[in-house]
Amino acid sequence: MTTPHQQPAAPAASYTSPIPIRRAHLGDALASEWTKIRSVRSTMWTLGVMVLLMTVIGLGLAALVTAVGEPAPTDESVLGLGVFGALTGSICVITLGALTVTSEFGTGMIRTTLTACPSRARVLAAKALVFFVLAFTAALVTVGLVALCQVAMVDGREPTGEEWLLGTVGVSLFVALLGLTSLGVGAVVRHSAGAITIMLGLMLLPLVAGFFMLGSSALQDVSEVLLEYSVPAQLIGVYGEAAGSGPAGWGAVATMLGIAAVALGAGFAAIGARDV
Amino acid sequence: MIEAVGLTKRYGAKTAVYDLSFQVRPGAVTGFLGPNGAGKSTTMRMILGLDQPTSGHVTVCGSPYRQLPNAPRQVGALLDAKAVHGGRSARNHLLSLAQLSGIPARRVDEVLGVVGLQEVAKRRSGGFSLGMGQRLGIAAALLGDPQVLLFDEPVNGLDPEGILWVRNLMKQLAAEGRTVFVSSHLMSEMALTADHLIVIGRGQLMADMSVRDFIAHNSAGFARVRTPQGDPGQREKLSAALTGAGGQVLPEQDGALRVTGLALPRISDLAHEADVRLWELSPHQASLEEAYMRMTQGAVDYRSTDDQKEGLQPDQQPGGPAPLPHVPEVPQQGWYAPPPPATSPPGQPASAVTAPEAPADAAASRPPAATDPTQSEDPR
Repeated sequence: MTTPHQQPAAPAASYTSPIPIRRAHLGDALASEWTKIRSVRSTMWTLGVMVLLMTVIGLGLAALVTAVGEPAPTDESVLGLGVFGALTGSICVITLGALTVTSEFGTGMIRTTLTACPSRARVLAAKALVFFVLAFTAALVTVGLVALCQVAMVDGREPTGEEWLLGTVGVSLFVALLGLTSLGVGAVVRHSAGAITIMLGLMLLPLVAGFFMLGSSALQDVSEVLLEYSVPAQLIGVYGEAAGSGPAGWGAVATMLGIAAVALGAGFAAIGARDV
Repeated sequence: MIEAVGLTKRYGAKTAVYDLSFQVRPGAVTGFLGPNGAGKSTTMRMILGLDQPTSGHVTVCGSPYRQLPNAPRQVGALLDAKAVHGGRSARNHLLSLAQLSGIPARRVDEVLGVVGLQEVAKRRSGGFSLGMGQRLGIAAALLGDPQVLLFDEPVNGLDPEGILWVRNLMKQLAAEGRTVFVSSHLMSEMALTADHLIVIGRGQLMADMSVRDFIAHNSAGFARVRTPQGDPGQREKLSAALTGAGGQVLPEQDGALRVTGLALPRISDLAHEADVRLWELSPHQASLEEAYMRMTQGAVDYRSTDDQKEGLQPDQQPGGPAPLPHVPEVPQQGWYAPPPPATSPPGQPASAVTAPEAPADAAASRPPAATDPTQSEDPR
């Protein structure tokens, strides 16, 4: 049935575009991802809610502490009040991180993107970079302003330079890295709800499980590890108060960096190997 | 230029594409035909490096897609019109794709003009109709001004004006020397657009030839012979003579005879020798649609009797459109009467039945534009 075909005389020279062709690089992908992330509403919504939550919770707590008039304990800085806002706000960052990748899979846009840029690692790297810088900047500005207000409102020990750095840059890094972890998980599971659920579980389950294990003496060690390395405990650790022997200060940020690196690594492996 | 060699894709036990080899050349519109589930989209995804072939390889412009230095500048593709983020405006969608390959932003406005979406460029693409979505997808394919273009079902959801536009666009792109590869399950559409056809069925290559050759090889042309009415004796005499000469004769309801296997002049000679007057002796050529149905029909029968290739059978999706009419007893009913059952079973390649007239001549004298299923039985 199949016969070798005789093509009618085709033009010898094929088409060449008048627009000069140059090699595409990571910079192009970064510009593209920036266009993508700024042109969807979910970015504004998630970051807006994050800013709102951090501000309202941070300032509300400061106002509450001031109203009660309880003398602040001298061993901890006022900046520690920011932990609740940061913890709540990080859920928004997780959502945005997951959506950055999974919304492309959900809509099928990923096929269009990977057709336009067959280098999958470049696409994911650009996504991760753009998301990280955006989340970090948004968190830093919010956390910084809230911290300034808190220090101004609450009487207490003036935070040291190191505490300032940890309470603003450290916390913002921690939150942005948590979002990056979510992005990596999103690249692996390719499903928005799935990725966000996994991240929330990752955040809260160790804490909950650890509390339930406290009653049993046999599980004492496991319980301690779970509690010390749970995300909320580490976030508290960034503010300088380690839970038991868990990481504190920059150590907690470094732990988060390790987790984010693992998640992103898995994301790179998954997106590179799979069919889309 | 697209070149596939031994392309095979398996999803678990299911084989979507099996040992597919073909070339798509520049300067012509190449139609990629197959019923639903034949493996067209899978093949396109493999060409674009989205799916990794299980075995075999495919190159575009001489290198695998994922190794092209700036792929969108060489290959443009419309895979799925819905593959956009609905929350993003048409312009931003195209802008992000343009930036990905360093295409200047003014090119975005250019292609928006080409597809006629300037008015809605700022609107979120989620609210687009299917036709507008197709136009947006075509704009994305044209963005890089590439020399190779792939379109997967580009006319889906377009209005008649849009279909005409796509048809002319394809031809124009090919005339500029580009490689245009268009998939479709609509044979009638391909008849109007394509110069060359690659037909696959159940993931296997069934034909790779020009549209004209395709009709000539696969159509079951026949001659209609009418003897004077009210004289059944003459009819029977002619019938016997024709059968004796190796032709196959099938009486039609209105008294005419349908003859296959004999050329028109031979029928005339035989009638003359038998001393039978003829009221009608006319050639009938199957349309592209018929040729296509006939060919894919054969593939189904072939596969279903071969146990070794059971794994090639894709699952029938309940509720989904039936990929093929599974009526081997009365194939192509409604198109034209079935071939003589004893001599041409549906599984047999249609080309085995010799057309009464030299088929190439018939196809040549009839432009593809006139091949419409409803017109196939009109006497010329």
